[in-house]
Amino acid sequence: MKTSFKTLLALGAAGLAAPALAQEPTVADVMTNVFHLQYAMDTFYFLVCGALVMWMAAGFSMLEAGLVRGKNTAEILTKNVALFSISCVMYLVCGYAIMYGGGIFLSGIEGGDTLVEDALGAFAEQADFTGDSVYSGASDFFFQVVFVATAMSIVSGAVAERMKLWAFLAFAIVMTGFIYPMEGAWTWNGDDVFGMYNLGDLGFSDFAGSGIVHMAGAAAALAGVLLLGARKGKYGPNGEPRAIPGANLPLATLGTLILWMGWFGFNGGSVLKLGDIANANAVAMVFLNTNTAAAGGAIAAIIVSKMMFGKADLTMLLNGALAGLVVITAEPSTPTPLLATLFGAAGGVLVVLSITTLDRVFKIDDPVGAISVHGVCGLLGLLLVPVTNGDVTFFGQIVGALTIFVWVFGCSLIVWGILKAVMGIRVSEEEEYEGVDLVECGQEAYPEFVSK
Amino acid sequence: MTMKFITAIIKPFKLDEVREALSAIGVQGITVTEVKGFGRQKGHTELYRGAEYVVDFLPKVKIEVAIRADMAEQVIETIEKSAATGKIGDGKIFVFDVEQVIRIRTGETGTDAL
Repeated sequence: MKTSFKTLLALGAAGLAAPALAQEPTVADVMTNVFHLQYAMDTFYFLVCGALVMWMAAGFSMLEAGLVRGKNTAEILTKNVALFSISCVMYLVCGYAIMYGGGIFLSGIEGGDTLVEDALGAFAEQADFTGDSVYSGASDFFFQVVFVATAMSIVSGAVAERMKLWAFLAFAIVMTGFIYPMEGAWTWNGDDVFGMYNLGDLGFSDFAGSGIVHMAGAAAALAGVLLLGARKGKYGPNGEPRAIPGANLPLATLGTLILWMGWFGFNGGSVLKLGDIANANAVAMVFLNTNTAAAGGAIAAIIVSKMMFGKADLTMLLNGALAGLVVITAEPSTPTPLLATLFGAAGGVLVVLSITTLDRVFKIDDPVGAISVHGVCGLLGLLLVPVTNGDVTFFGQIVGALTIFVWVFGCSLIVWGILKAVMGIRVSEEEEYEGVDLVECGQEAYPEFVSK
Repeated sequence: MTMKFITAIIKPFKLDEVREALSAIGVQGITVTEVKGFGRQKGHTELYRGAEYVVDFLPKVKIEVAIRADMAEQVIETIEKSAATGKIGDGKIFVFDVEQVIRIRTGETGTDAL
């Protein structure tokens, strides 16, 4: 067939207005089928990436379960599964509506009677495969909702081993239903920040959420930790930091590798489209860069750990891989693989320095290093975007980071403060010694092995 | 006294060597306990995520063996030789006199019960 591609497309568009008779399939019919197929492919890609990100909930659960003591394991698992569920429901109730519009309770997400016509019309308007992606609204919700849960998962690790279960879950409702969707609207949806300024106009960009998801989660966690205080026994009488080793490093390792895998969905899915050559290639680059940044972060962290502590600290290696992932998340498509590796490595170095500084200098007790991994490295990720992406400005990144941090940290401080006044956010000293597994859940994760 | 009771605190990884050496010189049975403690070696500090933690009590293995008094010198020498690394923390051997030994199954007493 000698028909050119453009002619084909034009015919395809025309074919929408005048459906072919039941004869031999016309070019228009073929085009319509191709559009159907592209819609299916991009929707399918979105859903699979969403499922990968959902699995990151397993990663966070295992990582945190591994890095807390055995007496607090069942409770941290409870928090992780409950927060994921709350995130999903709250984002459905009002979060998605606040962030992207479309009414509360997802009214109309199923597409309506003209779903097929609308989608085909949207394709036809583009007259080209390389335009914006057209995919199911339901798949968009599904993909977005797992990001909310990720942001909230970051909080649970930092406040582990001492926060009351129900205070934490109450915070999760506000965080996932309101705090996160507001800043999400200012960034990914391009809304003005309270009608004052527009981050997009200032040259802000955060591809998959180094700031919007990760730093936001860390800001909420930091506010909680400041009001909560350190775990009992974490600091000596003169403020010297003491180690509280995690119960299960195999679980922490498994969790990290699950997160690493889930991140392909997190970053890869954020391309939002697979169905043309340029985007398919972009997706491949994103996968490649995401992976290599994690590797760079891990290698850098273990070298720094060996140099600083004399030993290869596994937990620092794990944090280093995650730091590399967080750093590359702000822009995984424009760096070369070499740069992506170096960006990841910068995150790996920074995370070790940040964890020890928060621990020794600021006396901020963060059992899993969440504030350093997601907050400090999230900020680094944002600031590295202009290095490889010419459309983005340092000024825009700094304003964006400040906007996200001030909003999330401020709101979180207020919410944690109210919770502290109303119901208390910390278990009693005796309960903390007993372990929150028994106090909150009435069960132990390892009833036959626990030593307190 | 015709019988001696010897307690030795040794490094855990030396247990197999000591047991084999004792069997080789005809010791009929020993009792082993995993214990923790400190001596001149004291504990040591470890780093976890850059923060120090002190291990006050180090894991050791305690061996107990009851023998005829005339074997005592040989048993002590054997334990000394097989448990030694030359480094601090090799442990100690304590020697006691034994008043009586009774085999529960048969009621035999004294050296017959060893």
